[in-house]
Amino acid sequence: MTDGTLEIDGISKRYGAKVALDGVSFDVRAGELFGFVGSNGAGKTTTMRIALGVLAADGGEVRFDGRKITHETRTHIGYMPEERGLYPKMKVLDQLVYLAELHGLSANDAHRNAENWISRLGLADRRKDEVQKLSLGNQQRVQLAAALVHDPTVLVLDEPFSGLDPLAVDVMSGVLREKAAAGVPVVFSSHQLDLVERLCDRVGIIRGGRMVAVGTVDALTAGVSSKLVVTAPAAPDGWAAGLPGVRVLENHGATTVFDLEPGADDQAVLAAALATGPVTEFSRRRRSLTELFRDAVSDGAVANEGEPR
Amino acid sequence: MKTLSGRRAVWLVMKRELNTRLRTRSFVVGTVVLLVLLLGYVGFQTALAGSSDKSTVGLTGQAIGIAQQLQTQAALSGREVSTIVVTDPAEGRKKVEDGDLDALVSGSAAKLTATYKSSLDDQLRKVLDQVAQRQVLDGVLSSAQLEPAEVMAQVNSTHVRDDALSPEPADHTQRLVVGLVVAFLLYMSIITYGMMVAQGVVEEKSSRVVEILLASVRPWQLLLGKVIGLGLVGLTQLVILAAAGLVAASVTGVFTLSGFATGAALWGLLWYLLGFLLYATIYGALGSLVSRQEDTQSVVGPLNIVLVVGFIAGFNLLVQDPSSSATKVVSLIPLLSPILMPARISTGAAAGWEIALSLGLTLACVALLTWLGGRIYGNSVLRIGSRIKLSEALRG
Repeated sequence: MTDGTLEIDGISKRYGAKVALDGVSFDVRAGELFGFVGSNGAGKTTTMRIALGVLAADGGEVRFDGRKITHETRTHIGYMPEERGLYPKMKVLDQLVYLAELHGLSANDAHRNAENWISRLGLADRRKDEVQKLSLGNQQRVQLAAALVHDPTVLVLDEPFSGLDPLAVDVMSGVLREKAAAGVPVVFSSHQLDLVERLCDRVGIIRGGRMVAVGTVDALTAGVSSKLVVTAPAAPDGWAAGLPGVRVLENHGATTVFDLEPGADDQAVLAAALATGPVTEFSRRRRSLTELFRDAVSDGAVANEGEPR
Repeated sequence: MKTLSGRRAVWLVMKRELNTRLRTRSFVVGTVVLLVLLLGYVGFQTALAGSSDKSTVGLTGQAIGIAQQLQTQAALSGREVSTIVVTDPAEGRKKVEDGDLDALVSGSAAKLTATYKSSLDDQLRKVLDQVAQRQVLDGVLSSAQLEPAEVMAQVNSTHVRDDALSPEPADHTQRLVVGLVVAFLLYMSIITYGMMVAQGVVEEKSSRVVEILLASVRPWQLLLGKVIGLGLVGLTQLVILAAAGLVAASVTGVFTLSGFATGAALWGLLWYLLGFLLYATIYGALGSLVSRQEDTQSVVGPLNIVLVVGFIAGFNLLVQDPSSSATKVVSLIPLLSPILMPARISTGAAAGWEIALSLGLTLACVALLTWLGGRIYGNSVLRIGSRIKLSEALRG
């Protein structure tokens, strides 16, 4: 693919006898926000470090725009490591200018970009402070600025949202959306699944070094059961017994929660409910990413169903 | 698309080291402290030289007449004596009591009496003895019908003949002092700035910034930039110290051999560069084995011991005899040459072939250790966690 796609293709890595990654593959298309989720130790950080070339893979390759990533193209990636990495005793502005220059910018461009991101991320009054004197949240902002200061054409961010207050989360989300809108493939890992679901165009779930699901949240949830909530005040107990494709999950008062199998007819349920009298609530809830994730990491039931490959 | 050339990467890393280190308070304070020590040492030497060679003597009564003789005799034995005529002996005694006069001399030339506070300087006593003895001798010679001036000229021109088996270079003490100062400064600089390389590497590992850096520069560029940058910081400090020392020495006139001191300083700077290159990559490589600042000491400790032991042993050998064969051998060992060879060059004890040989050996060692250090560093700098075994780091 030569359309600005970041391709992770069959990457493997082992540490001694322990297999850390086993043929991990996914792509992040230009202008796409890709959420990378998995339990601790599943291989997210290892994958990202390999994509950045700070770790060598045992097999597979990483391509951008159809070409294998080399040391030269790697300088165009914006990277935010999981463990925050900045010089503690260097001033915010100096640090960003230095990192921008190391990524190949001229001194002037480096200064302009650094100042630009400093004011965008609300760090203007801290620009002459040493990084170690900043609050954790502000250090995180500097870290994001460090990933963005050289106008990267790819963004790889490991846990960019951890430790941020709600306002900073909004700022971070805004910046990521904006970069994606500018045509940059953005991949980030996170444990905040509701955030990933809200923000990302597609997600990838990794478990024990293997990708167990890749696709849009809609596509991933299309194949699995959803929830149906019906409130029928006049209905007698057991009104829904025998309806095809549904199973009662909970019953409280007049409200019944069903598990609806893929392909089952929810309108049949509505008709049955209306037959008992008035229906005050009828809603179908898609499985959330959190539930999907729980399923995926517990039994691996979800496969690559949503991904047309 | 923007790309970064290797040379620019090294340059940027080096520039950061210079900017962050030269501006720190510790650099300024460290340089000032060393400067004060160095100037204090020069001042101490000056005071020592000045106080022992000069005395003030009060002359009273008949003794006023010996002023000329006293000064001539003192000059012959390398002393400076200034005389003051004291008309009132009581006043003279008071001046001696107060320390304004080293001695008050009275009585006839042949029967001099020296009044002093607690002790009379040995050399001054000798000079006074000679004045009195000369007076007596003149009297005896005259009564024997001889011309005192002729006899004395003959006596004074008689000296022992020199036959030195291995003559000491002129101004041996001055040269030795300069040599020891050079050895001390080199030892200090190499160990200080070598440790800084190790700490800088560990700082980058412990703060994880190395992950971001190595996403854009290669390990050897990062290490090389750091070594060059810190080497220049150390060089800056040494140049400041050497310049200040040379200026102070020439102003106070402590050293009569100013040309030689400049030469010693230049040799010292050259050997600093070699010595720093020799040790710096190894310090950096050892630093890359650990991920926490607390562990730095434990990995670089053995290297520090090599430097400390080498310095102490070499210092003692130098003081005893800079040209002994033990000193010669030790100063040719590549790891110790950078400290001891410049010191031996200062003392004038190093032969040309020894200098050439030690330069060659050291350069070969620099090449070998840089290669080894670069390999260890490249293999271990991204492995964050527990301490990495040296053998593992070498294998990669």
